[in-house]
Amino acid sequence: MTQLLQALVNGLALAAVYALIALGFVIIYKSMQVLSFAQPGLLLIGAYWVTYFATTWGMPFWLALVVAVILSALLGVVIERGFLRPMVGKPIFAVAIMTIGIDLVIRIITLDLVGVDVLPTGAPWGLKVVEFGGLNIAHRQIAAVITAVALVALLLAFFKYSRFGLAMRATAFDQEVALSQGVNVSAVFATSWAIGAVLAMAAGIFLGPGGAFDRSMAVSALKALPVIVVGGLDSIAGALAGALIIAMAEMLAATYQPQYAEFLGKNFSQVVPYLVMFVVLLVKPYGLFGTKEVERV
Amino acid sequence: MRRRPGLIADYRQDVAIFRTNVQRFWFVIALVAVVLLGLGVTLPIIPGFVSFGLKGDLLIIGITAMFAAVGAIGLNLVTGYAGQVSLGHAFFIGVGAFTAAALGGAPKLVGSGDLIAHQLDMAIWLPAAGLVAAALGLIVSPIAFRLKGLYLAFVTIGLLFVGGLIFREWTSLTGGVGLGREAAVPRLFGWQIDQNGEVLGVFLSGDQRLFLFAFVVLLAMAFAAKNLARSKIGRAWSAVRDRDIAAEMMGINLSRYKAIAFVISSFYAGVAGALLYTVVGRLEPGVFSDAPGFVLSVRFVAMILIGGVATISGSIMGAFFISFLPRIVKWMAGFAIFGFISESPAGGFVTLSQFEAILFGLLIVGFLIFEPLGLYGIWLRVRNYWKAWPFSY
Repeated sequence: MTQLLQALVNGLALAAVYALIALGFVIIYKSMQVLSFAQPGLLLIGAYWVTYFATTWGMPFWLALVVAVILSALLGVVIERGFLRPMVGKPIFAVAIMTIGIDLVIRIITLDLVGVDVLPTGAPWGLKVVEFGGLNIAHRQIAAVITAVALVALLLAFFKYSRFGLAMRATAFDQEVALSQGVNVSAVFATSWAIGAVLAMAAGIFLGPGGAFDRSMAVSALKALPVIVVGGLDSIAGALAGALIIAMAEMLAATYQPQYAEFLGKNFSQVVPYLVMFVVLLVKPYGLFGTKEVERV
Repeated sequence: MRRRPGLIADYRQDVAIFRTNVQRFWFVIALVAVVLLGLGVTLPIIPGFVSFGLKGDLLIIGITAMFAAVGAIGLNLVTGYAGQVSLGHAFFIGVGAFTAAALGGAPKLVGSGDLIAHQLDMAIWLPAAGLVAAALGLIVSPIAFRLKGLYLAFVTIGLLFVGGLIFREWTSLTGGVGLGREAAVPRLFGWQIDQNGEVLGVFLSGDQRLFLFAFVVLLAMAFAAKNLARSKIGRAWSAVRDRDIAAEMMGINLSRYKAIAFVISSFYAGVAGALLYTVVGRLEPGVFSDAPGFVLSVRFVAMILIGGVATISGSIMGAFFISFLPRIVKWMAGFAIFGFISESPAGGFVTLSQFEAILFGLLIVGFLIFEPLGLYGIWLRVRNYWKAWPFSY
């Protein structure tokens, strides 16, 4: 029982991180119909900025966080203006491949700065753990869940109640109509990239255990792909549900597969997200919550 | 009319492999040049000043480029011609490489048990590598029939991760992560290709012989692909790519042609994978799985993007460009303005390999923005400029 609860708790914390990454993908996709493969790079460089300002410059963690948020948002805008704006109207696949190119550039530069060491992010939670009814809950996990819930609530409120949020929803619905109604579509594009970059950065802070981060983390960002596919590329609710499903499946597999199905290999839990994705796609080709495309010849 | 390459007057001309005699002429020139380079002749480009010969590492890169071109042609068939985005090409490359190694490699003890190694002839392992990869492509294709666009791209990425797990765990086939195994031995009908020896009375080094062999394989595979692309199947692919629903209305069986595209593309990938690693001599499962596998797939995507989507010659140009990129970067680092590139891993701002990776990323971005047709598009522009020179049209 404890084992199951522990798996669920770990799954919830992982779901929080996946939800942050997946929301970044979905918001960018909804506004521009661009699948941003640059998220792993943005995640790495965001986490690196926090680390750099908090430890090398000795800033307080919260201040470093603010600086990193601003820099990430700026980087997001620069990528959108510099590289994606000329690609508006090009095939979806070409744009996606272009973001892979951007990701490569950001990632290589960041990894060069990071080096091979594990860097402390200077986050106040560190490796501390609370024990609760036989469960070990890391402070990091609690912080991740709280941050994810807060950010998601903030974003949903922003989309629902603010004027600009309405503009973003209008753009997601139909770019040209929004444009003709006086919506500043280019500002919407830039904002969605800024939000996507900041969300990736936030996920980067929580991804590494012990408030540290290293170069292997970029791979984890790719694991958010099954999350958005399971949920449906263009659904925020889907991203959240997908994050929960994928993270729980992964953590349950990590807990029980070594006991009951050892023949499946050592790192089987790592591929569980993809297996879940295959199954969901075979049943529902547009994900659980995705909009089915209606096509005309 | 003969002197106007842009003008296509009839269908026969439209589907011709070479549209003009000029193209035939240059093809023969290129053919002779490559064979001469393979024989170790230094070709004068501007006699007395600039000459070009393939020696040492250049020859090796040339061989890898040709085998990579086979893989790139395969990806171009499925992604360029049939329009089915595949980011899982590295998986099929890996399948081909390991099948070949299992059938044609030497056994070597790893850890607890023996590797699967049958030491067969290339006449068996080369087709087998292609066929096994093709069979796996057939298994994947039903998913491809259900999905399209980005969702298909995701599934093919998933293939890398699931395949990666199998590669890592099946140690009697792959040798395990970090260890790997020796690749297949290139021995055709008992004739060891990569050893020094005489061919038709000419003494050639092993690398030169492999180079010429690679050229023959590439020519055969490229012509096969070109012929396929201009046949009924190729026309069906183009229709599916341009508008799949419209294609279905016209009586094209979508699932059938998508499956054919995946199977043939995987066959090419399998053959390319099997041959690529005979040059290096070793292969390791980590390269084909997870993030490194994704990067390998992206390399092939970059080859067809930079070379030219839905062109066979473009795939070959792109494969050569990407394969020679590390060498070009190394050459660039020799100049003073690139002083920030360091040849040693420790010093400088970026190392050679990092600079190469950055350049690789920028090239993808640059080609997509400025020349979506790739090197083939640049060639078209150059040709069209000179076609009517000194007039602009």
